[in-house]
Amino acid sequence: MLIFAARRLLAAIPTLLVVTLLVFALVRLLPGDPARLQLGEEATPQALTELRHKMGLDRPVAVQYVSWLGDLGQLNLGRSLQDNTTVSSLIAQKLPTTFELALLSLLIAVALALPAGILSALRPGGALDRLVTLLALSGISLPTFFLGILLIYIFSVNLAWIPASGYVGLSENAGLNLKLMLLPAVTLGVGSAAVLTRFLRSSLLEVLNQDYVRTARAKGVAGRLVIVKHALRNALIPVVTVLGLQLGGLLGGAVVTEQIFSVPGFGRLLVDAVFTRDLPVIQGMVLTSAALVFLVSFLVDLAYGAIDPRVRFG
Amino acid sequence: MTVTLNAPARPKSRNRTLTRFRRNPAAIVGLVVCLLIVLAALAAPWLAPHDPDFQFPEGLTLEGAPQPPGGLYPLGTDLLGRDLLSRLIWGARASLTVGFVANGAAVLLGVLIGALGALTRGWVGTAIMRFTDVMLAFPVLLLAIALTAILKPSLWIVALVIALINWVPIARVVYSEVASLREREFVEAAGAVGAGAGRILTRHILPHLIPTALVWGSLGVGTTVLLEATLSFLGVGVQPPTPSWGGVINESQSYLTTAPWLVLAPGAAILLTSLGFNLLGEGLRDALDPKGGR
Repeated sequence: MLIFAARRLLAAIPTLLVVTLLVFALVRLLPGDPARLQLGEEATPQALTELRHKMGLDRPVAVQYVSWLGDLGQLNLGRSLQDNTTVSSLIAQKLPTTFELALLSLLIAVALALPAGILSALRPGGALDRLVTLLALSGISLPTFFLGILLIYIFSVNLAWIPASGYVGLSENAGLNLKLMLLPAVTLGVGSAAVLTRFLRSSLLEVLNQDYVRTARAKGVAGRLVIVKHALRNALIPVVTVLGLQLGGLLGGAVVTEQIFSVPGFGRLLVDAVFTRDLPVIQGMVLTSAALVFLVSFLVDLAYGAIDPRVRFG
Repeated sequence: MTVTLNAPARPKSRNRTLTRFRRNPAAIVGLVVCLLIVLAALAAPWLAPHDPDFQFPEGLTLEGAPQPPGGLYPLGTDLLGRDLLSRLIWGARASLTVGFVANGAAVLLGVLIGALGALTRGWVGTAIMRFTDVMLAFPVLLLAIALTAILKPSLWIVALVIALINWVPIARVVYSEVASLREREFVEAAGAVGAGAGRILTRHILPHLIPTALVWGSLGVGTTVLLEATLSFLGVGVQPPTPSWGGVINESQSYLTTAPWLVLAPGAAILLTSLGFNLLGEGLRDALDPKGGR
């Protein structure tokens, strides 16, 4: 298992390097001069030259990349153009909130997808299956921001059950925090629930066709018990993978959700950085999110190798 | 008349595909919805009751609020007194332009890169597929927001960015299809009788990829329309005054309590369009490959 992990990690290094190269190119090779962006249009040529030298922009691009990579190694992502705080501290400050949101929405997604997927796979082609399939497809077609606004309209404006926005830290008041996070988590979770439902359904249908399930049925195990005890366990293995791979989508969806519900997280930080054209922050956030997705898919890979030995030796 | 000898084989399978498609009510609904929206976008100048950008003086109430639906303005007016229905019909143009252009380019790129990756053995193929691994690590929406923001948002930049991101999953699917196709006897036979790589690709491999391209060509429009709407909603997509569905919702968010139609109508348009293309795409997939997805 350790050898498997080490091999996977080694294989990941070149990929991660290309990720950093792309993120570097994203900002450095695009039109516009970072020094001018920082100083504004009225900057004197002399000030520009000085800042370019200070930022290392007068060195060859390859040297710039290597020195930037060195900074990355020390978790130094540069400083925000807005208030000169370090990008890494900004991200570290915002990420926990978004993690909470993502975790809650995954819980909601699983709570919705598990029964829906099972019900749908019980009688494929039946009325219930068709209803679930249509609902799942609608969930995929529904824009996150529209769902969020609809939920605000129904639960905050009309029913006045939950305030539409406002944020309280989890450590300050856990109860209120959860209440305020409920609508954002549902908003973000519905899309994932739809994807998971479809995946669980096809995974279950595949397992239900296998010999050992037929054997269990032939032995006289009742229909429902076959699903829960025999089929579901095996059908869930690939679903766990998909669950892990949802993280990228959740991080993206969090941008929209946090914007609508004014949750001060990672996504909100990105939108703010975009509107102030704070390139170091944008660059750092794109890199961090790619690294996170990479890390999670690596962990999912390991978990998969632990559950299913064939992966390790395949 | 040797042609007639060979002819029946293809139309027959095509007929079966058509029959399967016709017997799938969800697919037909999807097709009708897509056709209606495309027609509305094409006929926008004749269909829209008003100029989408004209700010009617009587389009606002005496208090300066948007007019509710009914009368001169079937869906009401927006916060500047413009006719909402006209803006939505013209907005279909923005959505579908991005949808078709960006997704068309993504499918083209995806098919070519995927096929190339599978056909060129050795380090070129490996490098191409490793590169798709890298691209998959970036969360789509985050990358799209960052890129459009850096490049200064506009309709064509949005289309470009979406195309640059969305080819990746298509390339993965095409790669695995071509990888299994290239081992089949008919490709080997073509190589044995002296066909070059180019001829094998165009005459023997690409025709087999048409179903995949069709399915992604439809499903992809659904996701692209969603992505464009999301970017426009966040303010980094199609820029005002060009009408776009996401943009209309962005502008009128704060009127949710007093003028909910300003959010509900464009939201319904996005949902309907995306759902239509998804239903059509799934219907095509089931019809073209009855085993897949069942």
